[in-house]
Amino acid sequence: MTSLYDEVQAAPGEGVPTRRVTIKVNGDDRTVDVEPRLLLAHLLRQGLKLTGTHTGCDTSNCGACTILFDGRPIKSCTMLAVQADGHSLETVEGLASASELHPIQEGFKQEHGLHCGFCTPGMMLAAKALLDKNDNPTEDEVRWALSGNLCRCTGYQNIVKSVLWAAEKMRAESK
Amino acid sequence: MALDEIKIGGLGASRRRVEDNRFIRGKGNYVDDIVLPGMLHMELLRSPVAHARIKSIDVSKAYDIPGVRLVLTGEMMAARNLAWMPTLSYDTQAVLATDKVRFQGQEVAAVIADDPYIAKDACQAIVVEYEQLPVIVNPFQAMESGSEVIRDDKENQPGNKVFDWEIGDKAATDKAFAEADVISKMELHYPRSHPSPMETCGSIADFNRATGKLTVYMTSQAPHIVRAAVAMVAELPEHMIRIVSPDLGGGFGNKVPIYPGYVISILASILTEVPVKWIEDKTGNLISTGFGRDVYLQGEMALRKDGKMLGMRMKTISDHGAFYADAQPSKFKIGLMHSAFAAYDLPAAHLESVGYYTNKAPGGVAYRCSFRVTEAMFFQERMVHAAANDLGMDQAEFRRINLVKDDMFPYRTAFGFLTDSGQYGKCLDIGMKAIGYDTYKAEQAEARSRGKLLGIGISTMTEPLGAGNSREYDILGIKMFDSAELRVHMTGKAILRTGAMNQGQGHQTTWAQIVAHELGIPADDVTVEEGDTDTAPFGMGTYASRSTPVAGAAVAMVARKIRAKARKIAAHLLEVSEEDIEWELGRFYVRSNKERGVTIQDCALAAYSNMPDGMEPGLENNAYYDPPNLTWPFAAYFVKVEVDAETGVWDVLKVVAVDDCGVRINPMVVEGQIMGGLTEAYAMASMQYQTYDDEGNCIGSNYMDYLLPTAWETPGFELHEVVTPCPHHPIGAKGVGECATVAGPAAFVNAVVDALGHLGVRNIDMPMMPNRVYEALTTGKDISGMPPVKMGD
Repeated sequence: MTSLYDEVQAAPGEGVPTRRVTIKVNGDDRTVDVEPRLLLAHLLRQGLKLTGTHTGCDTSNCGACTILFDGRPIKSCTMLAVQADGHSLETVEGLASASELHPIQEGFKQEHGLHCGFCTPGMMLAAKALLDKNDNPTEDEVRWALSGNLCRCTGYQNIVKSVLWAAEKMRAESK
Repeated sequence: MALDEIKIGGLGASRRRVEDNRFIRGKGNYVDDIVLPGMLHMELLRSPVAHARIKSIDVSKAYDIPGVRLVLTGEMMAARNLAWMPTLSYDTQAVLATDKVRFQGQEVAAVIADDPYIAKDACQAIVVEYEQLPVIVNPFQAMESGSEVIRDDKENQPGNKVFDWEIGDKAATDKAFAEADVISKMELHYPRSHPSPMETCGSIADFNRATGKLTVYMTSQAPHIVRAAVAMVAELPEHMIRIVSPDLGGGFGNKVPIYPGYVISILASILTEVPVKWIEDKTGNLISTGFGRDVYLQGEMALRKDGKMLGMRMKTISDHGAFYADAQPSKFKIGLMHSAFAAYDLPAAHLESVGYYTNKAPGGVAYRCSFRVTEAMFFQERMVHAAANDLGMDQAEFRRINLVKDDMFPYRTAFGFLTDSGQYGKCLDIGMKAIGYDTYKAEQAEARSRGKLLGIGISTMTEPLGAGNSREYDILGIKMFDSAELRVHMTGKAILRTGAMNQGQGHQTTWAQIVAHELGIPADDVTVEEGDTDTAPFGMGTYASRSTPVAGAAVAMVARKIRAKARKIAAHLLEVSEEDIEWELGRFYVRSNKERGVTIQDCALAAYSNMPDGMEPGLENNAYYDPPNLTWPFAAYFVKVEVDAETGVWDVLKVVAVDDCGVRINPMVVEGQIMGGLTEAYAMASMQYQTYDDEGNCIGSNYMDYLLPTAWETPGFELHEVVTPCPHHPIGAKGVGECATVAGPAAFVNAVVDALGHLGVRNIDMPMMPNRVYEALTTGKDISGMPPVKMGD
């Protein structure tokens, strides 16, 4: 069991309520005790040590914290950890297998879809949500699917190319 | 045989980035990812008001919250002589407010607690009593006689003026105006903008009482400058301070200054004797850290009837917020504003600049630009656009007449810079062809007949990138050189460290390419490290497009030192004299018999196992590079827009960018930089700005109010390349990371103004939001950012 409070003290402060939450993260079942107000992004980052999910803006505008929630992209900085109880989550750490990158990860590297890397995990998961539904998107469809994610470095053009690169590879692989 | 340079990842290879391997797996290591044992968390209480005297601060209720370990106030900082700190522009800035708060968001108190949530709770429990004072939100209010003095903490402070500065030849400029056929005028506001990297600022200070060593993990683009500043401010010995910049989630100039949060976390760790982490929230970042721009620019150009520029008078009135915290070379008060018009053969120019304090966030950082160059080039290209129209000349033709010609280099600009290379006319030609300039006038007229408003905007510029040289450029007295240290291991693999600090530019990839180019060691065999002041050589960091011009040059120079030693070893191994040795990529050979040779790897092994008699073992060296001049890349940007006459909404139809940044180390990375810059240009032209209401409330305090373009709005870009090698850089490279942010905005504005030109509209201040454009097209009047600019004379 992992608790956010492991970091700093043996048990939550007196009078602090906790709730037990059971979630599946990247295929693993995890049970944690959390304060009801704990944000999902913070549970992932601090509690579960999955620091690939970033928090950028706190207002659900930037999308750096995007994860997949039962396969749908959500912004984990504006969802409570308790809301995830009983649900299945996928973070950037779940994209690659031990030996193989996901085509989206390869695409981002091949097409220079990242500079500083901070928005990248959220971008890739938003892209995965798109490609899981539509493996042959148009450029406009990609741009629209990523319009909840901000990037300050790349100017998006190469991100779009990265996703199209991945789509092509995924189509080839599924043949 | 010589190696294939592209295959080994040398110069010109679009080598895929090494750093991507960790970022695409979510294994980057940003400050907030670092967890130290026993770490506490710090949160800042910020002022809700813009200008007020602090009557009292009561922290007792904060201490009632379980898990709160320490609450710091200005008074406690003052007791340790840390209530104020120096800025990078020889001013002072409050760390925690003692007397007054001077802008909304100013740091008032800090809570250190077991958990960030508890620290936030405790901040809310602190009771501060404010006595509000009149608020000044622009330089025109600041300059009024009798206005409230914001910096009453400073002795001999003349009202709210920060500086008064001038440069250029006034007499020659006056003469040019006396001889002019036409005088063209322009005035505009470059609105305040926040660089807003995705990652905010933060630090983890870790003071170890047992060893006396302070380690600070922090978001700094210039860790060595921070070490020097901490040594001075905190009076700790420099060798006991280690600053580590891990992966940075973007910087854009925002992470150059030293912020109160860093300093407070350091004191908090010293007092609590455990590591203290501070991670700023987005609002804190937007309302308190280094902004860019906020300059009112006005000027007039003296012209001859045939289109020749004769002279330029320019004046700037700038808003520096509550503390003059510009990050810039100390000799210049308004950065390199006087680089304006450097691309043009302009005989005479004069600039007057005056800066003011206001009750707004401090800064004036070089937001993706080389110290105010963005404002300079924006004004330049808006002025040039207006001048061409006033003369009734074609925009491209007017530029062609006045741009510095290829055979005029080296060229001394009217403000005294020395530009040294370029093919400006060629860049212009390529851009005109790509945008379809020849047929455009007819197309525009035809579209107008159908009620469609088309416009093309051009922006051409050269900008000064890569400060120093050390004669003219320093920050706080530290000369602006840079450094590299290269160690070749015995198997021919190597580690390179530089004084620059990557924040997305790809140094880990591209520096290794320079080593590959100079030594023939495959780039994959070279590890690159930066950002740890205990291991990296002293350097001034990464901003102002200075990495490749300065640190990149140092990389080439240290590799050449290594090659010189390897040559001696090669002579020893080949049993010939050094004079009989030739070099080809990766290999030394005997001049008379090319088959007889040794590789650089053979020499590396011999440096540890078979040195010539009397030679010091090992194969490592360092280089400090003091550039002889700035580098001068050239850019020509073309934007084509269509303005909707019903709504004022404008769509970008095409963007063409022609960049000449000299030799490209990694074309893929260069193009990435250009596209990123173009997007920030589009952002500022269309939506991204920070404004304040009359009470000094920062309107753009979160991403719902501070608009940034997404993939949906952002246009596509067509890139073109011209290469004029820099004559003084060891590999012929020039800076490039900021060209598009600098020259891009004017291309967008010129395009929209061109679309509305037939209505008599001369200027629309950024951002050109649909309501502004609509007002311009329905009234035919200029739209200026508030408040109106007053001509000083």
